This record gives sequence, structure tokens and C-alpha cells, in this order.
Amino acid sequence: MGGQPAGALDLSQHDFALWEKRVDALMIIGSARGHFTVDGLRRALEDMGEDAFETMTYYERWIAAINQNLVEAGVYTLEELGLRMAEIQARGDTYGEAANG
Amino acid sequence: MPHDHHDHLSPSGHPFRADDDVPLSYWQCMEIAIRELLIDKGETTAAEIASQIDAMDSRSPANGAAVVARAWVDPRFRAQLLENAADATREMGFDIGPLNLIAVENTADVHNVIVCTLCSCYPRNLLGLPPDWYKSRAYRSRVVKSPRAVLREFGLDLPETTTVRVHDSTADMRYIVLPARPAGTERLSESELAALVTRDSMIGTGIPLSAG
Amino acid sequence: MAEQVRVKAMMPPGHVRTPAYLRGKTGVIERRLGVFGNPEELAYGRRDDRRELLRVRFSMAEIWGDAAERPDDTLDAEIFAHWLEPVKG
Repeated sequence: MGGQPAGALDLSQHDFALWEKRVDALMIIGSARGHFTVDGLRRALEDMGEDAFETMTYYERWIAAINQNLVEAGVYTLEELGLRMAEIQARGDTYGEAANG
Repeated sequence: MPHDHHDHLSPSGHPFRADDDVPLSYWQCMEIAIRELLIDKGETTAAEIASQIDAMDSRSPANGAAVVARAWVDPRFRAQLLENAADATREMGFDIGPLNLIAVENTADVHNVIVCTLCSCYPRNLLGLPPDWYKSRAYRSRVVKSPRAVLREFGLDLPETTTVRVHDSTADMRYIVLPARPAGTERLSESELAALVTRDSMIGTGIPLSAG
Repeated sequence: MAEQVRVKAMMPPGHVRTPAYLRGKTGVIERRLGVFGNPEELAYGRRDDRRELLRVRFSMAEIWGDAAERPDDTLDAEIFAHWLEPVKG
């Protein structure tokens, strides 16, 4: 992206939500366990394409990249992930409030 | 930042992002699922995750400001910082993990500014997590081509006589700017000097506050 | 006299840490950083390939031509040795 045309800077700042901090922690922990490298995460981010940069937030892209690498490393299967996500959804919408700290 | 009590401002006065206000997004759901699976499989524990979050929360620009102030008052430390910033920082007692750090010094003739055009590399183990704008398309695209125009948007208008050096963190090194010590600060203590060192002055998108 | 190098102009697909805007550009070696894992292999989980990493300084005029704000402002980037070729003096 270096040198490409782009608009004015937005200097506003948001506080990191707890769920965003958890994504960051999972990135550090998964890397320390040897399940992926930072370059493996970057590769997954880049493979998402330019579109993801516009439509997903920073930590949304990072959790997607962490997932991609953990599946590739065989830490869990897509079936396990899918079942767990459905189970979490079934806990109810308000469960997400905890993620915002 | 004023601490008013508007519903959409956090305790520090920053707005929450709109997408954090929805009950449970797909990606938040995925984060919970991954975290629980990793705990179930013995890859990590809730305590380890909490401890990792605490460790990152404890890192802030104040750490870098202390390093800069030390370099301003101690010529031996300044030389060491410019020689090997990671070792110098560790010697001050900061836990920066495996960070490879290079300090680049601003002088009367040279102004340095840091970017990562390929992703969002930042000396996070010293300064904490990067600001949103550092990760933005606008900053990453433009500062390598038009650093002076970008710095003007930060309120920093550099004279033509100053050489701008942009540093793109493309691989394994991370960077911190050692800003020039403001004039008129000869009588200030090291901690008073540290209070003048802003986050942006260590990224190069600003300069330290002036004394008094 | 600083050693001149040119960044290879190749454009392979995949995870590469050499920015596109520097491909084919000539700079000087600012310092040698030692040996680090090759990101192009690390990206796919292979950790054994280690390469020399260098910091290369480019003039803004070299990168952007007439579009540079000030020709002798500079840009430094870390480039792996296998992306650099010597420039005949």
C-alpha cells in the first residue's frame, strides 16, 4: 500500500475493547506455542484480499488469520469450531456484552 | 480529553467503535470459540490470557518517554541506545521480550518518522499497542511518499532545511525516534523531561512538548 | 563509499516483505542487521531458511522521481539479501 493514493488521516482513537485485547493475547499465546509465526498470520491477512481491509475491522481480520493458522496447524478442526460457534450463539445475544468488558 | 458522561464515550473519553456496540458479532463469536477450544485442549488457560492482557496493558508510551529522558540526561546511555536500543532498554529494566529495536535520532537537521507499510509493525513491547491511525490505509500509503504533507496534518510543519528520513518497518526490526530535547529544559529533572515526551514524538509524527 | 544495491524487480505471488514501491529501485546499504528467518518460508510454517537482512536507504527522488516532495529526503527499509543485487559502480 506504500505510495498508493489515499485520503486524509483520521486521528481519532478508540479504546480497545476487551474482546480485541483477547485477540491480541491469543495471537501472542498461539505464536509462543509454536502454532504459527507472525508471517503465517500476515500471509493469511494478505490472502483475505483488499476487500477485507475495507469491510472488516483490524481485530476481526486478526482473529480470522489466527483461526486460519490454527486450523492449518491442526489444533482443532473446522467441525469443532463450527459446533462451538453455534453453541455460543445459542447462549443468547447478551453473551456478547461480556466481550466488551 | 474531557471526561464527560456521554453514553458513547469510554471512561477515558474515547468513543467506542460502533461495531463494538452490537451484542455479539460473528467475529466476536469466533474469538470466544477459539479461546474456549484452546483452553479445553490444554493449549492455554484463562489465567494465562488474563495475564497476557495485563502485560500488554502495562506497556505504554510512558515507558518510551522514560528511555528518551534518560538519553537526554545521560550521554553514555544515549550512545548505548543508538548502538543497540533493545539492550539499552532492557538495561533500564523494561521487559520488551524478543523485540529488536533501533533508535533513530532527530537533530537540528534531521527528522525521522516511522511507518509499517506492509502491516502494522510497531515497538509494542515498549510503547504498547499502536494508535488507530498508525494502522490506517491513509497513513501507511501516504507517509512514504509525502511525509511532509502527512506531518502537516499532525500539526508539524518542517522547514525545507530539515532532511526527512522515513523508516519502513518491513521485517524484523522495530523503531523508536529519539526526539531532540526541547530548548530551555536544562533545569528539568529526568522525570520532568519524560513528561514532555509524547507518543507521537517517538513515532516521529510529533515533537516533544515545550517546557513550562 | 556506501555500497550500492538494487532491489530485484520480480513480482512473485505470496507473502513477501519487500514493498512493491521499492522493487527495481537502487539504494545504499545503511547497515547490516544479521541473519533472520526468511518470511517467505515462515509464512508457510517452514522455519529453517535463514537469510541475511540489511537496511537499505533510498532517496525519495529514486523512488518517486519528480513526484518526490524533496528529492534528498530518504526512506530506509529492511530488505533480505536475496532480494538485492549489486550495482556496478
